[in-house]
Amino acid sequence: MARITMREAISQALWEEMERDPKVFIMGEEVGLWGGTYAVTKGFYDHFGADRVRDTPIAEAAIIGGAIGAALTGLRPVAELMTINFAFSAFDHIVNQAAKMHMMFGGQMVLPLVIRAVGGGGRQLGATHSQTPDAIFAHFPGLKVVAPGTPADAKGLLKAAIRSQDPLLFIEHATLYQTRGEVPEGDYIVPIGKSTVARPGKDVTIVTYSKMLEISLKAAETLAKEGIEAEIVDLRSLRPLDMDPVIESFKKTNRAVVVEEGWKSFGIGSEIAARIYEEAFDYVDAPVKRVAQTEVPLPYNHTLEQMMLPKVEDVISAVKEVL
Amino acid sequence: MEKSDYLNLYHQMVVIRRLEERAAELYQQGKIGGFLHLYIGQEAVSTGLISARRPEDRVITAYRDHGVAINCGLSAKEVVAELLGKATGCSQGMGGSMHMADVKKNYWGGHAIVGAHLPIAAGLALGDLYQNQKAVTLCMFGDGATNIGYFHEALNLSKVWNLPILWVCENNQYGMGTSVERASAVSEIRQKADGFGMKNYQVDGMDVLKVREMADKLFQEIRAGSGPQFLEVDTYRFRGHSMGDPERYRSSDEVHRWQENDPIGIFHKKLVEMKAAGDAELNHQADLAEQEIIEAVVFAEASPEPTVDVVFSNVYVEN
Repeated sequence: MARITMREAISQALWEEMERDPKVFIMGEEVGLWGGTYAVTKGFYDHFGADRVRDTPIAEAAIIGGAIGAALTGLRPVAELMTINFAFSAFDHIVNQAAKMHMMFGGQMVLPLVIRAVGGGGRQLGATHSQTPDAIFAHFPGLKVVAPGTPADAKGLLKAAIRSQDPLLFIEHATLYQTRGEVPEGDYIVPIGKSTVARPGKDVTIVTYSKMLEISLKAAETLAKEGIEAEIVDLRSLRPLDMDPVIESFKKTNRAVVVEEGWKSFGIGSEIAARIYEEAFDYVDAPVKRVAQTEVPLPYNHTLEQMMLPKVEDVISAVKEVL
Repeated sequence: MEKSDYLNLYHQMVVIRRLEERAAELYQQGKIGGFLHLYIGQEAVSTGLISARRPEDRVITAYRDHGVAINCGLSAKEVVAELLGKATGCSQGMGGSMHMADVKKNYWGGHAIVGAHLPIAAGLALGDLYQNQKAVTLCMFGDGATNIGYFHEALNLSKVWNLPILWVCENNQYGMGTSVERASAVSEIRQKADGFGMKNYQVDGMDVLKVREMADKLFQEIRAGSGPQFLEVDTYRFRGHSMGDPERYRSSDEVHRWQENDPIGIFHKKLVEMKAAGDAELNHQADLAEQEIIEAVVFAEASPEPTVDVVFSNVYVEN
């Protein structure tokens, strides 16, 4: 297995799927000549050509609406939103068109559509470009939402997504692109809708995903030095949400902390906590704690921005509160 | 055109008229729920346009979609059944009045968010271009849709990518209750296509043969690679925007003026004048249409309700 970055893993998945299936193509802002604003599609334009690596105008509704239409004709578009913050300009097409059409027309419309979008804060981009609105999109039945936290999962989930018959939002975290990890070569598939135990432990369950997996793993290392063994469950998919590993872990530890980068109110942590109470109430030894972003639009100032985002210390103190 | 072609067009228009009249009654009886937007007055538009398409050409429209469904070859039975929310409806009772489709007949819906289907139409055309299919996508929308951002994004993209698409604005003079003059910076809608360097035309939407002739020319040019073109069709809806429209925004004089221009009446008169068909033949077609709708309502009322598994099995393809 090669040790590659998240960026390389995503790029590899796209490249291999485009080589495998001529129906797979990419469309989005600066995906072609530029090579992708995060360099994920660097070299694609020269290799696959302008028809399969389509530069679009800055028009998100046209990008997603266009990708929906192309998917309806049997193609497998991978539409890229430069950042997930621009998904709001295509919100209707994502949640009100793509997520509805299969059901609303009695099953006759099939949309094998993947939307790649980059999210996350911490890069001093100001409030409009730094959001983690994953929970909003995970709210809608009909749409699938995945958000990998490791390079291997990024590759495996993206390949699964491109082969899937359903519309899917694939959320990448901008500050994970340089993260390295072991990634299987060739056809490596990670099933959509399966959570996994990222770190075994017995004292407390940390439920997390995407960038916060990295933060949670660091917190677990520190806690281990103090003799606290945290078990980390990486959700990977937000919809469908696989609670089995979470509940199984919780029944063992009886304590849980949910760590997400988005805001706490109406968020992923709220959902996970509610489900733990619904499905494993008899096993609860302490209230489930939520670690999340402070509820403000993110400031530009570096120190203040970092202060608002969930940190390793926040996870550590939350764990100590539930123990 | 053969005589049978004329009779066929006439038949379709009367089927739509009778269907919509019956739908209004069923709505008043509480058998149709939700919104109901009738196509009465606009029959010549969709009938003329779609009569010029080939089977491989895709059709997509907004929520005033029952007539378009008929013109695309859906049976009155499955249209009425969908209105009644039955399992035998074209969308299995999941979509209702505003969401009818039959992709096997290249009818891609029935879309209820104003303007949102225009980018999707561009994508359908992209699919054909990408796969080297010589097909044209016909996208119909109302005058109101030309004021929303989706319209501009979609037209721009279609021109930039030279997509095989015929944009058709059915200008029925009002977006709900707001007249074109009160909502659009230009009252001649086709001028908006100039902003995208797109060839554009205007045609009388009360004359089915004029619509058909224009559509035929544009389909041919687009199929030959002209790129997207734009057609504004002037028409009028004789009924309210939807059921329960108080119609305070227009005078009954205005409505009566347009009703004197009834597209079915005009076509009837024209066919007789052209000696293409006699009164008796046309009346016979009208009787057949009437009978078709009576049977469709009987069929729909006798049809079963959809079962709950249809709901859960269609949220995703892969559960």
